[in-house]
Amino acid sequence: MIRKARTHVSQNEPLLFEISSPGKAGYQLPELDVPAVDTEAALGGANVRSEIVGFPEVSEVEAIRHFTRLSTWNYAIDLGMYPLGSCTMKYNPRVNEQVARIDGLAWLHPYQPQHLAQGALEVMARLEAALAEITGMDAMTLQPAAGAHGEMTGILLVRALLESRGAARKKILIPDSAHGTNPATAAIAGYQVVNIRSNAQGMIDVENLAATVDEDVAALMITNPNTLGVFERNVRRIAEILHAKGALLYMDGANMNALAGIMRPGDNGVDVMHLNLHKTFSTPHGGGGPGSGPVAVKAEIEPFLPAPRLVRMDGLWRLDNNRPRSIGRVRAFYGNFGVMVRALAYIMAHGGEGLRRATTDAVLNATYIRKGIEDHYDLPHDAPSMHECVFSDSRQAARGVRTGDIAKRLIDYGFHPYTVSFPLIVHGALMIEPTETESKRELDLFIEAMISIAKEVEENPDLVLKAPHNTRTSRVDEVAAARKPVLRWKP
Amino acid sequence: MLAACGVSSLEDLFAHLPEEVRLKRPLAIENGKSEYEIVDTFRALGARNAEGYACFLGAGSYFHYRPVLVDAVVSRSEFLTSYTPYQAEISQGTLTSIFEFQTMMCQLTGMDVANASMYDGSTAMAEAALMAVRINGRRKLLVARTVHPEYRQVLATYARNQDLTVEEFEYDRETGGADLADLAAKLSPEVAAVILQSPNFFGIVEDVRAAAEAAHGAGALLVDVFTEAVALGLLSPPAEADIVAGELQSFALPPSYGGPYAGVIATKDRFVRQIPGRLVGETVDTNGNRAFCLTLATREQHIRREKATSNICTNQALIALMATVFMTVYGKQGLRELAEQNLAKAHYLASKVLLRFSGPFFNEFVAAAEGIDAANEALLEKRIIGGLTIECWYRELPNATLLAATEMSRRADMDAVAQALAQARELSKVGAR
Repeated sequence: MIRKARTHVSQNEPLLFEISSPGKAGYQLPELDVPAVDTEAALGGANVRSEIVGFPEVSEVEAIRHFTRLSTWNYAIDLGMYPLGSCTMKYNPRVNEQVARIDGLAWLHPYQPQHLAQGALEVMARLEAALAEITGMDAMTLQPAAGAHGEMTGILLVRALLESRGAARKKILIPDSAHGTNPATAAIAGYQVVNIRSNAQGMIDVENLAATVDEDVAALMITNPNTLGVFERNVRRIAEILHAKGALLYMDGANMNALAGIMRPGDNGVDVMHLNLHKTFSTPHGGGGPGSGPVAVKAEIEPFLPAPRLVRMDGLWRLDNNRPRSIGRVRAFYGNFGVMVRALAYIMAHGGEGLRRATTDAVLNATYIRKGIEDHYDLPHDAPSMHECVFSDSRQAARGVRTGDIAKRLIDYGFHPYTVSFPLIVHGALMIEPTETESKRELDLFIEAMISIAKEVEENPDLVLKAPHNTRTSRVDEVAAARKPVLRWKP
Repeated sequence: MLAACGVSSLEDLFAHLPEEVRLKRPLAIENGKSEYEIVDTFRALGARNAEGYACFLGAGSYFHYRPVLVDAVVSRSEFLTSYTPYQAEISQGTLTSIFEFQTMMCQLTGMDVANASMYDGSTAMAEAALMAVRINGRRKLLVARTVHPEYRQVLATYARNQDLTVEEFEYDRETGGADLADLAAKLSPEVAAVILQSPNFFGIVEDVRAAAEAAHGAGALLVDVFTEAVALGLLSPPAEADIVAGELQSFALPPSYGGPYAGVIATKDRFVRQIPGRLVGETVDTNGNRAFCLTLATREQHIRREKATSNICTNQALIALMATVFMTVYGKQGLRELAEQNLAKAHYLASKVLLRFSGPFFNEFVAAAEGIDAANEALLEKRIIGGLTIECWYRELPNATLLAATEMSRRADMDAVAQALAQARELSKVGAR
């Protein structure tokens, strides 16, 4: 039985371009208080455009109805559990949105005099300090705009440190369970990618690693807990193996929400890591960004951090551009400041004890789901789960139903699907991350839904194969979209 | 729940972590604060940031009015608290709005296809350069010195690690526009792309067509960059370019001390397989209804891993939505009128100062400014933030200030800026005697 959701009428809505009528508008500019300018005289006739063909022409009411109708076609955390593994879809506190919109923080130009930006620099300084405490690292840059951007920055820092020691080296080791961004990052930073296999417990095989690491290896990119939700318990030994050969340990901090307050990477051999403020620190995903990907480093790497660096001088915060050993800039200005404000608000609301509690609740929720459905789905790795658990569809596949089908059926039950077919090392993976946000009631509904679907697979697989049934849009033909791409509206 | 999990305490959940790796003390972060205390703290921090000042800074971040509809829309939970729209059946709202965004970007730039957004203008430019390298296999980038200095710094970071060469070409000291003779002299068969910004860092509208012809003559691509999107409402679209990379902050983003903003890359149909970032395409569902989904994912990191066109994953979807709402509210007629107001305001201010360059400009320009520090100090007394001193990037331009005026600039404040510049100039003349 589907308890969480039932269908209701949803509005149809054409594209903006299809509801436009000539001359309609929803704006009102003030009367000009200066003389109007002859555009062709000012810019040169060839530089002035003709009308923007096809651009929207709608009234204010039509505009707000358009976007409100569109919004109702989306699922969202505020409607319920969003158990995307590795994505950490936790509640986004609204107070964070409110404080990011305070005039003195939002209407602040990046080049205004620094003595008139001390409040903003203080936000950055407090955030850096809190993140350093949480990670156990020594220094931080807040400049990267997202996780993958942080990864790139981190690997460039690895390269810079190794170059200063004599050679940048050639290879980056990446476990086969890693996020797809890791290999892409290593490649963009000019490194050759060497994949290393996980052992039967889903962890890095330490003996194999020891045999693989040589003087050509620049770093290992580890995710801890890894994408199976398993804590890499040998992290110290892994760091020793790397350090003994002059290589570094990079940590993808996407899963830091499983560790905050429990374990600090900086205390355990990690040299460089990035964080995702839009995961662990609750800033909204917004349908795919903006994020923020701070990079934390050990003291030895600090001189190479992107310029400018936040420093304290003569009782004031300053942005120091005189950084001769820096890897340079990775983004204009100082990073996604508005996201930093939100993350700091989250940290303030929780405090040290609250952050730890969020971690333990996240692990409790994941463990509860795992126990709730492990009789019905195949669990390929039996190591204890941290913040997420990963099943395989092998039992359901015997009935012709795959992880993607189960995911689509979950939609009918009122849930967003889990992460499908990732990590790659689990064939037909179901990767489930509830976060600390969910109550027992929501978790129970989810478990009930998963068990119910498992039964449907046995009794009526077609029901699952053709899901979703209750959405306004049924299964979307992604193959056709890619075969003949239509990427813009045309009259 | 603990019993169901087979443990007797929350601590037991972490029993498998080796003792030596665990943190054995509480985090040294103050106890959690109430909502009221949090709001109060940030209000106090905001009050230390020149709150309520008039500001004439531009240089890649502009003060434009944000229609209230923007926040009304992006505050909707369904947009704010959803993930990247991988599950198309329950993400049609986001997907449809991105498709509209891509379309409007094409309409504005004269390109065939635009992506779903990039981190910001600077990284969009760097990714556009890497895209050009993938397209023609050449290894050198020729960049105008009139491109935003921080954008060039970002490009340098990206290029260095891919062993790409970056060379800069000069600007005309009279007009402030790119020096096309220097460009011609530096073009060679190694050049993958010529990178030009218009309006450029000095606010000057560049001759994109001439630069494109020069680039194409040498078999290179032209990357056109913009930092002031409002200009697209009035200026001819850079249709001669091969790739357009820009910053959308002007479309409803407060300056927010430099971010979050959103970048975009647009290009010609034939280069679509090399464009980085997400793309939304139109298709149908099993009932034949129009539907949208993320497409051409085989370019992307989660499929291609180390062979991806870029490592970009999260982009700036909510910001792109803000820009979409902004463009919708202003629409065809409003965006032009907005641009015309910017032009009028800037030309009013310009008429009262000494212009450093003679080229055509949109809403930003360089003024000659003897004694600029004194002028800016005097303006701060009146709660006005004056222009940007650019000597740190252009040593040949001491005593110059980059001023931007927008529809939000008040006539009285502009008069004050002109007066402060004139007074400082007089004072420095007296000082020189």
